[in-house]
Amino acid sequence: MSRGTSNAVRIGTEPSKLARWIILGIVGLAFMLPLVAMLEFTFREGFAGEHTFSHWTTLFSPESTRTYRSLITGVTNSFLLAAVTVGIVLVILLPTMILVQLQFPRLRRVLEFICIIPITVPAIVLVVGLAPVYAIVVRVFGGSIWTLAFAYGITVLPYAYRAIQSNLDAVDVITLSEAARSLGAGWGSVLARVLLPNLRRGILAASFISVAVVLGEFTIASLLNRVNLQTAVLQISQSDPFVAVICALLALAFAFILLLIIGRVGQPRRIKKARRNRSDS
Amino acid sequence: MTIAPSPAAPATATSAGATVELIDVIKDYSGQRALNSIGLSVRPGEFVALLGPSGCGKTTALRSLAGLERIDGGEIRIDGVNVANVPTNKRDIGMVFQSYSLFPHLTSLENVEFGLRMRKVGRDERRERASEALEMVGLGHLAARFAHQLSGGQQQRVALARALVTRPRVLLLDEPLSALDAKVRLQLRDEIRRIQTDLGITTLFVTHDQEEALAVADRVAVMRDGVIEQIGSPEELYATPATPFVANFVGLSNRVDAELVHGKVEVFGEVLEALGEPLADGPVTALIRPEDILIDPAGDAGVEATIVTSSFLGSLRRTNLRLPDDSVLSVQHAVSERAQPGDVVRLRLRGAAVSVSPRA
Repeated sequence: MSRGTSNAVRIGTEPSKLARWIILGIVGLAFMLPLVAMLEFTFREGFAGEHTFSHWTTLFSPESTRTYRSLITGVTNSFLLAAVTVGIVLVILLPTMILVQLQFPRLRRVLEFICIIPITVPAIVLVVGLAPVYAIVVRVFGGSIWTLAFAYGITVLPYAYRAIQSNLDAVDVITLSEAARSLGAGWGSVLARVLLPNLRRGILAASFISVAVVLGEFTIASLLNRVNLQTAVLQISQSDPFVAVICALLALAFAFILLLIIGRVGQPRRIKKARRNRSDS
Repeated sequence: MTIAPSPAAPATATSAGATVELIDVIKDYSGQRALNSIGLSVRPGEFVALLGPSGCGKTTALRSLAGLERIDGGEIRIDGVNVANVPTNKRDIGMVFQSYSLFPHLTSLENVEFGLRMRKVGRDERRERASEALEMVGLGHLAARFAHQLSGGQQQRVALARALVTRPRVLLLDEPLSALDAKVRLQLRDEIRRIQTDLGITTLFVTHDQEEALAVADRVAVMRDGVIEQIGSPEELYATPATPFVANFVGLSNRVDAELVHGKVEVFGEVLEALGEPLADGPVTALIRPEDILIDPAGDAGVEATIVTSSFLGSLRRTNLRLPDDSVLSVQHAVSERAQPGDVVRLRLRGAAVSVSPRA
């Protein structure tokens, strides 16, 4: 069989522009429809079909603080938990990963395996194991909300691990730290002046994604009887469905913004600028 | 075992460099002996190449000297002081790596400044010295570039400037040229040698490329299986290889079967002195350089051979010939001597000595 080179069938090519827009449109619609419906719902006045801003304005009006106190507690708790979780990622996971990459490369598979496990265990199963652990945690650290971050530190592991590891893979940390040491840098300087600046992208991505995961967490908090954003939203939805949907939308928007930032934080600004001015010679 | 510097080696420079000594250095990698009681002594300002096939321990030796590997025995002395337990950052060395090692988040200038910053040199002096160092490697105009905006050769130049700007006592080069293309490699090789001679800095250069080692080094240490087989000037290594391995590794060699009788071998009807450690009489392999064989189209002395192929290499011509016993020899000769495949010629030997190894 002979085949002309000009109209040879190409395998594995990109879809045409039209096909791409159609695919994007269908997928986008599937995602957007519930969101648009939620948004429309928050503007409803009763169930007759009139629209109003009143649900939004009452939520943000000063006198509503008392009505929605549990919601405010939930939001504050969630942000506190997000901060502590990011702290756990940065103080425990990051140094461990750098250490494994530099000194114990053989442990990489083990570390990866451990970090991926939480994604394979449903949160509800995790709680069964966590409940007796938290009996002890409460005895040691007291019952305040931030201790929940220990559990969240585990649930965010797979995401934070991937974000940091992909950055570690892209940078030759071994050679860079050896070069820095040969130039007179101690380990502290190697970390602060060479490794962290070059792992910036991965660290930021890991932090943001951890925040997003923590803000969206419901199961563990609910089953361990703690109040966070999601449990508060659920509670409110029973008395005021409009406000609950507004909160869900805001949380989604916040997570969306975080993810956008992850995409943007790629490099320090001056490198981007330099790249724009780049002239090859 | 320590190998003393050979008196024949030229003294290169007078100034800044330090003496470097490896004394019975041992390094094991999970049961494998990477360095087997290595001894090496480098004089101030000397340029020594560590040459050998991959896995011979040359990089391990260099990394041990840098403090990037902990040694399991022996001493490493810089200026007479044992530094075996001194961490890398306190050894006052400069190092250029095989893989590109510029800090990606810093400009060329900031990269070069890094070592000075670590030594708490003030901002203005830092700038000035870093700029000078960049000028020295011919990259003053690229000070504001980031690594990803530089070619491989330029990156290695910046790395060289970065290693030298702190005026270290020893410069360690770990195959700095092997990632570069041939032309840039030659250029940078000569430039490294020029700068090294100017600064008079003691330099160790690891390479697997014998041509590179012979071209730049004052002395070359040929390594195999964690030991130094021979150390000497490039000329010594080439003309009087101490072992068959060295003869084989340094330059091309033809292997010709011969018989050893009382320290002499007969090759192509000529009786030659056998070089290297004395061997028992018996069958040996003589190692003959391609340029030590003469092609005689007309004569009747020597041995008969048939030309197989002949290739033009620019300044010379390399011809492969088949001997009556079907073995193939490679001969290097002047371009003007043209040979046609199929021609029958006679071969003679130049020189009076040849290195031999026991035949397996």
